[in-house]
Amino acid sequence: MSVIEVNNLTKYYGKARGIVDVSFNVEEGEIYGYIGPNGAGKSTTIRLFLSLIYPSDGEAKIFGKDCIQHGPEIRQDIGYLPSEVFYYDRMKVIDLLKYSASFYDKDCTARMHELAEIMELDLKRRIDDLSYGNKKKVGIVQGLLHQPKLIILDEPTAGLDPLMQQKFFNLIRDENEKGATVFFSSHILGEVQKMCRRVAIIREGSVVKIEDIKTLQKDNYKKIRIAGDGLDEEQFKLEGVTNLHRDNSAVNFFYKGDINKVTHLIGRREISDVTIEEPTLEEIFMHYYE
Amino acid sequence: MNIFLQEFKMNFKSVVTWSLSIAVFIMFYMGVYPTFAADAELINEMMANFPPELLMAFGMDQTDLSTVLGFFSFIFVLCQVMLAIQAANYGFSILSVEERDLTADFLLAKPVRRSRILTSKLLAALTGLTITNAVVWISSFTAVNLFRGERTFETQPFILLLLSIAVFQLVFLALGMFISLLVKKVRNVTPYSMGLAFGMYVLSAFGDMLGDAKLELITPFKHFEPHFIVNNGNYDLPLAYLSVSFIVVAIVGSYVLYSKRNIASAV
Repeated sequence: MSVIEVNNLTKYYGKARGIVDVSFNVEEGEIYGYIGPNGAGKSTTIRLFLSLIYPSDGEAKIFGKDCIQHGPEIRQDIGYLPSEVFYYDRMKVIDLLKYSASFYDKDCTARMHELAEIMELDLKRRIDDLSYGNKKKVGIVQGLLHQPKLIILDEPTAGLDPLMQQKFFNLIRDENEKGATVFFSSHILGEVQKMCRRVAIIREGSVVKIEDIKTLQKDNYKKIRIAGDGLDEEQFKLEGVTNLHRDNSAVNFFYKGDINKVTHLIGRREISDVTIEEPTLEEIFMHYYE
Repeated sequence: MNIFLQEFKMNFKSVVTWSLSIAVFIMFYMGVYPTFAADAELINEMMANFPPELLMAFGMDQTDLSTVLGFFSFIFVLCQVMLAIQAANYGFSILSVEERDLTADFLLAKPVRRSRILTSKLLAALTGLTITNAVVWISSFTAVNLFRGERTFETQPFILLLLSIAVFQLVFLALGMFISLLVKKVRNVTPYSMGLAFGMYVLSAFGDMLGDAKLELITPFKHFEPHFIVNNGNYDLPLAYLSVSFIVVAIVGSYVLYSKRNIASAV
């Protein structure tokens, strides 16, 4: 079953583009990456899911129900961690968490304390006294205390130290193993690579590619570097070669297609060195953005 | 209920501050009344020397400041200004603060309907205003009875004055909220609420002076003009109904606008 179904979702802010004609599905139990640079439309998509804003066209369904018509009902099972966390300043952490818990039909007290302990959150502090990282922790506990079936993360790790990031990722993985679906938006590829099985790449408001992380990395592209005297990049203009460029005496390119064609090509030349490797996700990513 | 309590708690300090300030104001100015009334002849003579436009602007041309109610109605106008600022403050901030402080992302991601959020917030603000209202009643009764000396006054216009507060507050609360939803973002509430409250007051005061009857019609200060109520022992009903219709339109409009509103994000 698809937990999230997005069909031709479009949002314009007046004339400014938010997202255009975005479609994808997130299946139950997966950790789905949503990746793109700032301003690509990641937050717009998420805010549409939560009906913080309304679509100009198209629709989004969560748990098979329309996000707008069944908003309150759907949100009963959504945990949302916004990228920028600001909570009512004069409140204590514990009061904020209790307030948050009061919106859900179930008793969240036990899970709330458990999470606070994991994230090493001091419940008695006032929120305005907290550092950015600690506020972020409040956000995490607040978003997870009702054991949501769908967890929506919008650039969740900014402000957390590496140790906390690790704890946070473990927490998300645990929730995922217990059955929660995770929608993970980020511009940091490393974390998406670590966490997600599938990823949608969004660029200037449109999804340019949806793929398995593994496929994205393995099956598609090889990063090839050939060094040798008198090499000319013109010789390597095969079909499937992209990003061809030369630095000093080496020719670099990405190749997608039958690998034998390239090895034959290489075999016919006198070369001093060759490396064929999988490009990092970063490189693939940059590739999509060129 | 949870939103209501949270809102009420956050508002409570402000409610107490406003209530006490207005109470102190009433007590202090009514405290001047005994000396004032003793020299009433002198004062009335002095007033006669002021330009009539000025007296009109402050609504003093039709007011006999030597009587208890005359004096009280003069104070009451200034009370209305304060009540208007307070109510407009709450109205403008009720929804806009959530967007400005980005807490809307927290609240609206919870499983609640926007209409329920609005209703809870509205009731919380109304409760706060009602507390202030009650404090004005108590301090007005206390002050008037404490300082009237041997002079008597009619109870009915006095009660009518105080009864008008609730509607008066609601107009500014509702208008503030409605306007805050018409604009894209309210960065700072004070200029808006001051603008609305003083703007309406000036319109009423100078409308008197300029004798332009049309513009006055839109200001609640005119709808519940104290000296009219005191002199006639009744409301200027068609005008009072105008205030009520403002409330209805602004509140219904707010529900419609808020249910369609795109909540601004951090960036």
